[in-house]
Formats: sequence, C-alpha cells, structure tokens
Amino acid sequence: MVSIPALPRRYHKASIWALYVIGLCPAVWDFYLAYSGALGFNPVKEFEHLLGTWALRFIIATLAITPIRDLFGINWMRYRRALGLIAFYYVLMHVAVYVSLDLRFDFGAVWSDIVKRWYITIGMACLLLLIPLAVTSNNWSIRKLSGAWNKLHKLIYLIAIGGVIHYILSVKSVTLVPSTYIALIVLLVAYRAVRRPILDWKRGKTKMAQATR
Amino acid sequence: MPAYRPPRISASEITPREIYMSRRHFMGAAAAAGLAMTGVGEAFAAPLTTTPGAYKLDEKLTPKEAVTTYNNFYEFGVNKEDPAANSGDFKPTPWSVKIDGMVGKPTEIGLEDLLKMPLEDRTYRMRCVEGWSMAIPWVGFSLSALLDKVEPLGSAKYVSFETVVRPEEMPGQKGFFQALPWPYIEGLRLDEARHPLTILAVGLYGETLPNANGAPIRLVVPWKYGFKSIKSIVRISLVDKQPQTTWKNSNAREYGFYSNVNPAVDHPRWSQATEQRIGEGGFFGSNRRPTLPFNGYAEQVASLYNGMDLKANY
Repeated sequence: MVSIPALPRRYHKASIWALYVIGLCPAVWDFYLAYSGALGFNPVKEFEHLLGTWALRFIIATLAITPIRDLFGINWMRYRRALGLIAFYYVLMHVAVYVSLDLRFDFGAVWSDIVKRWYITIGMACLLLLIPLAVTSNNWSIRKLSGAWNKLHKLIYLIAIGGVIHYILSVKSVTLVPSTYIALIVLLVAYRAVRRPILDWKRGKTKMAQATR
Repeated sequence: MPAYRPPRISASEITPREIYMSRRHFMGAAAAAGLAMTGVGEAFAAPLTTTPGAYKLDEKLTPKEAVTTYNNFYEFGVNKEDPAANSGDFKPTPWSVKIDGMVGKPTEIGLEDLLKMPLEDRTYRMRCVEGWSMAIPWVGFSLSALLDKVEPLGSAKYVSFETVVRPEEMPGQKGFFQALPWPYIEGLRLDEARHPLTILAVGLYGETLPNANGAPIRLVVPWKYGFKSIKSIVRISLVDKQPQTTWKNSNAREYGFYSNVNPAVDHPRWSQATEQRIGEGGFFGSNRRPTLPFNGYAEQVASLYNGMDLKANY
C-alpha cells in the first residue's frame, strides 16, 4: 500500500483554504492572459473554453477522491467539498463569460442556443443540477438532510457525464484531448458500479490475513 | 458565357497594396542585409510581383499576424496555434501539382511555372464553419486559367483536390490518434471551380504563403466555409462524379459537399447567423457581425445555385 506522510491535523483547515486559493488561481491567470492579449486572436472563446476545461478537471478531481481512498488508502475526503465547489465556481464563470463577453447579454441568443443546441441544453441542465449540490455543501445541510444528502449528491455522476458530453459536442472532432476527458469520467463513474465488490474483496483479504496471523 | 462582370475599380482605390508594397521593400532590404529577423514559418517568405485584382473589399484587413497564427490546418495539429507552431519542418519547395483525370493534357506542373501564372491581389472574406472570420489579402491566380491549360473534357463535371501527405514534416499526420484520414481531399463542381472568384493562392500580404497557411499553393473559394479551401495541394483531378470530401466523409450530417456560407442554415450544433471577426474588438469589445449569404458574394455566385434547395444541399 502506498503511504505518503500524513498532514498533521492542525494544518487540515489551512490546507483546505489553500486549496480554494490555488484552485482559483488558473481563473485569475487565464483572465490576465486574455486581458493582456496573450490568448491569441480569439481571446473570449479561448478564455471561455479554458474556464470550462477547468470545471471538468475539478469535477474529475472531485470524483477521484473516493477511488483514491478505496484503492490507495489515501484519505483526502476533507478536500472533496472544496474541489466540488471550485468546479461549480468555474462552471459559473464559464457561463458568465458565455453570456456576457461572448453573446453580449443577448438573452434571445442565449435562449435560442438553449432550445436549439443540444450541447448548450445539456450544459445548462448541468449548471441547474449543480446549484442544489453547491447550496447543500455545508455541514448544516449534511446533518439536516442526513440520508437524503447522499442521494442528492449522487447527481454529480449525472453532471459529470453531462459535462463531458457538453464538451465533446462543442468540438469539431473528437481528438486525443477530448477522448482523455471522456475516458477519465467514464472510468470514475463506472468505478461506482464495481466499488462494492472491490471493497468486499479487500475486506475479505484483510480478514483472511488477520485469521491466518 | 458567364453572366458575370467584375466590378470596375480604379487602381488608386487599392490603398492597402501601397502599404504592403512599402513593407515588401523593407523586407527585401532586410533580406539583402542578411538579417534573419523573421520567425521560422516566415523564413522562406519571398515577395511576389502582382497586379491589382478585380475584387476589392471595403473592410479592414485582418492583421497579418492573426492570419498566419490563428487558423486550422489539422495536418499540423488541431489547435488554432498549431499550424504556425508545428510547420517549421515543412518543405514547400521543390513542389509540383499533378493534374489528371478527364483532361486532354494531363500534366505535372512545377511551382516555378505556377508562379508564372498572372498573379493578382485578391482580398477576400474568409468565413470558418466554426463561426469566425477574417479579411485576407491573398495573392493568386484564377483556377479557371490553369484548367484551360489542361483542356478539361466535356465529360468532366467536378474537380477534386488532394493535400500532400508527409507525416515526417506534418506532425498531425502521425501518431496513434489522428484527427482525420489523410490525404485531406476536397472538391468543387466544375462551374464553381471555373468561377472567376475561385483562385489558387500562392501568397498572402504580398509574400509567398507561410507553411501554416497552406504553402506553397492552396485553393481559395471565398463564398464557401474555410475548410473547402484545401491547402498544400499536390493533385487536381477532373472527374464526372461528385468527389469524396474529407469533412463530409467524417460527418456527413454536419458538413456537406457544397458548404456554402449560409446564415439561414445552421450547423446542427451551432448557429451560423453571426461570426466573430478575428483580430477586432479585443477581449471586451464587441466583434460579432452578421454572416452574409454566400459570405457576401451572393451577387456573384447565387446564380450558380438557381433552383437548388440550399437547406438540403448544405
């Protein structure tokens, strides 16, 4: 089993805040690049796409927390909420840039995109589904909703799949990079289906090891 | 007889040319002084002698740097900056174009001879199917003039084009994950190919084409989406059946044979009603403009499609 030095408990809280700061750095940096003309000749599209890609990356990171704990014994569960919320903030920024800088607040165009373009329809649906998850991402909601909270937050699997479909439908051809995102998300969502048997098998192995000791 | 007469304009109206003429003198002087001051892609750029063409565009030209560093050329990679970044090893000379099929005089014509064709300045709009556009001062000659030389047979109805395949020089053509099947192929109906607007371009902004833009010779069909204007051409064939084309083969529902610019016919996944003019507006300025039927060349080309359902023949 992999072992990495455990972070002392007193730094846990600070490390979570550091994650928020680090996680939002790409947005600031990309904004600076776009503003200063370093993103080439179509800065709005480029910036919009970078924000969307970061949202996908943080969704992938959020989904990776459980398998990393199950399979490698590394418990990063304390970072999962921050990762999920950062993903949500990127989705919000992505949509804000699309509505403001790209479509110039032409809400007619936004609406016709939503009803006519499948990838926008799916993208907007994902945004709507993310809102209840973001709103309930706090200890109070977890206590209040108890079992229902777990059920509600399973929506992230649907959102992840919707997000990657939104992404691949927006590119002209599915090349190496989009395929990598598809593969990662499919893998991480599919893992949930085989998680129980894997955990049972691992538990069985530990018991056996204890029994033969 | 084509019922089309090019608009008459005086040479003095073509001011941009003077600007780049002076730049050309500067380039020549720089080259003479042995100054290697340009980037890799431009290292072989040579000035071309041209005459003003019959087509003028009352629009601001897209800056040269935008034209040469923001484009699609999947043979060099799928991102907009890839063609400029990855085309340094491409060798556009020596070069020849094979012209065959239903012609009286099949031939293989060298680049030297292609450059002897009457070269004209042609500033055209370029509309990409992805929703962005440019105004580009091409240097080229009428495709029809070249076709005359090979004497197409009466049976020829279409013209097909083929891009070079050189995996060693074109990184997008090697590796286990390639965006498209090679060679890239395109096609036009013979009357489209014969239209006076259709040119084979050998340069832009008064100099030979950068590798990223399809050196040494490419097609420019300004009323069609950019992907129809095939780059780095090695073969032109006259045929009697509608030729296969790369993007149609890859996704026939989204990309048709005609691919005329048409704001009324949306791409299945996005609107074609507006376009983003590259190099204008910046990050906060508005740079969307309405897309024009046939990319603004309806007056010249709409008659080619009389009686055709443009929604069905997208």
